[in-house]
Amino acid sequence: MAFVSSGYNPDKPMENRISDIGPRKFDEFYPPVIAKNKGTWLYHEYIQPGVYYHTAKSGDKVFTVRVGGARLMSTTHIREICEIAEKHCDGYMRFTTRNNIEFLVDSEDKVKPLIEDLESRKFAGGSFKFPVGGTGAGITNIIHTQGWIHCHTPATDASGPVKATMDVLFDDFKDHRLPAHLRVSLACCLNMCGAVHCSDIAILGYHRKPPLLDHEYLDKMCEIPLAIAACPTAAIRPSKIEFEGQKVNSVAVKEDRCMFCGNCYTMCPSMPLADTEGDGIVIMAGGKVSNRISPPKFSKVVVAFIPNEAPRWPRTTATIKQIIEAYAKDANKYERLGEWAERIGWERFFEKCELEFTHHLIDDFRDPAYFTWRQTSQFKF
Amino acid sequence: MAKHETPLLDQLESGPWPSFVSDLKQQAEVRAKNEANVEFQIPQDVVEDLIGVLELSYKHGRTHWKHGGIVGVFGYGGGVIGRYCDQPEQFPGVAHFHTMRVNQPSGKFYTAEYLRQLCDLWDFRGSGVTNMHGSTGDIIFLGTTTPQLEEIFYEMTHTYNQDLGGSGSNLRTPSDCIGSARCEYACYDTHALCYHLTQEYQDELHRPAFPYKFKFKFDGCPNCCVASIARADMSYIGTWRDDIPVDQEAVQAYIGGEIPPNGGAHSGRDWGPFDIQKEVIDLCPTDCMWMEDNKLMIDNKECNRCMHCINVMPRALRIGEDRGLSILVGAKAPILDGAQMGSMLVPFVKAEEPYDEIKEIIEGIWDWWMEEGKNRERLGELMKRQGFQKLLEATGLKPDPRMVSEPRSNPYIFWKEEEVEGGWTRDINEFRKHHQR
Repeated sequence: MAFVSSGYNPDKPMENRISDIGPRKFDEFYPPVIAKNKGTWLYHEYIQPGVYYHTAKSGDKVFTVRVGGARLMSTTHIREICEIAEKHCDGYMRFTTRNNIEFLVDSEDKVKPLIEDLESRKFAGGSFKFPVGGTGAGITNIIHTQGWIHCHTPATDASGPVKATMDVLFDDFKDHRLPAHLRVSLACCLNMCGAVHCSDIAILGYHRKPPLLDHEYLDKMCEIPLAIAACPTAAIRPSKIEFEGQKVNSVAVKEDRCMFCGNCYTMCPSMPLADTEGDGIVIMAGGKVSNRISPPKFSKVVVAFIPNEAPRWPRTTATIKQIIEAYAKDANKYERLGEWAERIGWERFFEKCELEFTHHLIDDFRDPAYFTWRQTSQFKF
Repeated sequence: MAKHETPLLDQLESGPWPSFVSDLKQQAEVRAKNEANVEFQIPQDVVEDLIGVLELSYKHGRTHWKHGGIVGVFGYGGGVIGRYCDQPEQFPGVAHFHTMRVNQPSGKFYTAEYLRQLCDLWDFRGSGVTNMHGSTGDIIFLGTTTPQLEEIFYEMTHTYNQDLGGSGSNLRTPSDCIGSARCEYACYDTHALCYHLTQEYQDELHRPAFPYKFKFKFDGCPNCCVASIARADMSYIGTWRDDIPVDQEAVQAYIGGEIPPNGGAHSGRDWGPFDIQKEVIDLCPTDCMWMEDNKLMIDNKECNRCMHCINVMPRALRIGEDRGLSILVGAKAPILDGAQMGSMLVPFVKAEEPYDEIKEIIEGIWDWWMEEGKNRERLGELMKRQGFQKLLEATGLKPDPRMVSEPRSNPYIFWKEEEVEGGWTRDINEFRKHHQR
């Protein structure tokens, strides 16, 4: 493989340099029906799960077919998406915030052939390439982070648990039977690149062992003051260590203060936390971002720890399914999972979801903790 | 014959949901065959080694990626994240496997022609593995080597008129919902504002000068489909301040069962006939709706625009006509000191080009945060440390009860000297004339 130059001259990096041009402008990519009717849409309606139309003032309609997919996507797969878009949608498509792909057509007769084409495509291993669904009072795609495919701090994988969970929740991806829409999100460590902290159900990777200390290299690889400053609980202090007969500068960790956030590791590669038994999954529930009926809510920790059970995380997926079934059975129409839990009371939530309430679930982290304890005589037996 | 055995990952090929393992395998095969005669600039078997190292992580229950080194393109401090494998001998194809963030277009609309161009570039100079899209919103190019970074950037800017996104302590790539392009709820043009501010602040996006990351997200209405209120340092949420127009005929059509409630979003179960009292009026958080002479009445002054009634009856009720947006600030995920939701700073501002009023608020906040923020301190944390009053000073905004959910319940007010009649300078001897020691 011979090196092929793009025209860039490393000796003169500023020569003909183009920078600060930003993204391509959105309206280059609007399908004609969108360009024409932007800002004049009147209403929308679902034809079936995953398929809906919008009507504009002009009387024009745009029909959207939404399909799920892994956000980890090869160019081979993207080229297939392009091929479908050209075959059915004049070469246009879009992606949603939750990693779904939407194919838009401007008349109803184009919908059925499009769906049939999408549903007929399967990977060699047997899974659907483009399952139609993910709308309305059902479960849409899981947003997630990188996990073991590309990140240095994860406490679990991302793509694997997502695939395993969506396989278990697949029926609800293709249905509108839930009381309201239900958003599942995954972040592979508590840095939460995926901001899962306001999801109906959050799958969160968590470490449980304090950092290992690579004394031999620590001072060479890290700015020790930065590692110390990175610790939110002030558990790290500078320390001189006897290493192979020599005094080296390093750090000491007050282990019972460690909250396993991994911030020190982010600043200092000589403090790794990852551990086969230590790492696993926290399940959180009851968050939302919409302002509909009640204000947005944070998700609450409802299961403190489930071990990483690669490749299919059976206990994680079973726990999620258990919570969703209890919610589906008991909640009122339009009620989000968190609104349901608050209405029946969290004591009832644990009972109905058949989840054990352990001491780990009582907040003991600083000020907000007090506001989560019960300051009333009102409770349910 | 695959380069590495993957008995664990193979188990993720079955089941209905699209399998990323199957996709990676097909990509490995396409590269091995190379029917398009691509002059690959990074190892041809890169995807096989990627699958191999992932399988090893499945076996160990631990990642095999190291910290990023300092890699990037000349003149930028973001957009590239260095990544190295910790088992380079075993998986040489992914020894260097850097990420590039490519700034997505607003609304994530694409043409096949454009996406294919990106695919061509990425097959040629990278792994051909992507994220569509990353959590922040960028197109993510996953895996290339250091010498290719400048080449990709050069080609991207010269041939495709496309720039990188943000990473590190700078303005992260702004992102938005679908907005008025295809949504009747959008109270402003999210694409236009997102694009305008992205272009306006290119310097802040590419050259880290902030204490930490800073995110803009644009939601067209209070339904918040891009979750701006939970994760953006500045969250722009569409709203309106006049009345909800009511089409009484359509209301009757909902009551009569001619139109399914909520656009048919509840079609998977028999919830019984639509009951406007139970499903709309009783669920209104401000009790501002009632039926009178078969008409749906709204006391609009009391409405807090939660969107529920409009979501349930989109053909009968619409967002108002006097539209704009609210700005909420300081949202972040739990690291370090717990999660924060965005707090209301600007209850209403019009979203009209050139958006000067909005930019003035942004720049006031940045000046304050860059002056006072500690290393790795998000805006929300600075707000907590120094107080909401400092934010008001920084932005020149007047206090408004809409900024709080309730007034303070302690009286520990940090009065300023100029607020107190006569100031703080007093004469102890004068005091003692009337008060013995």
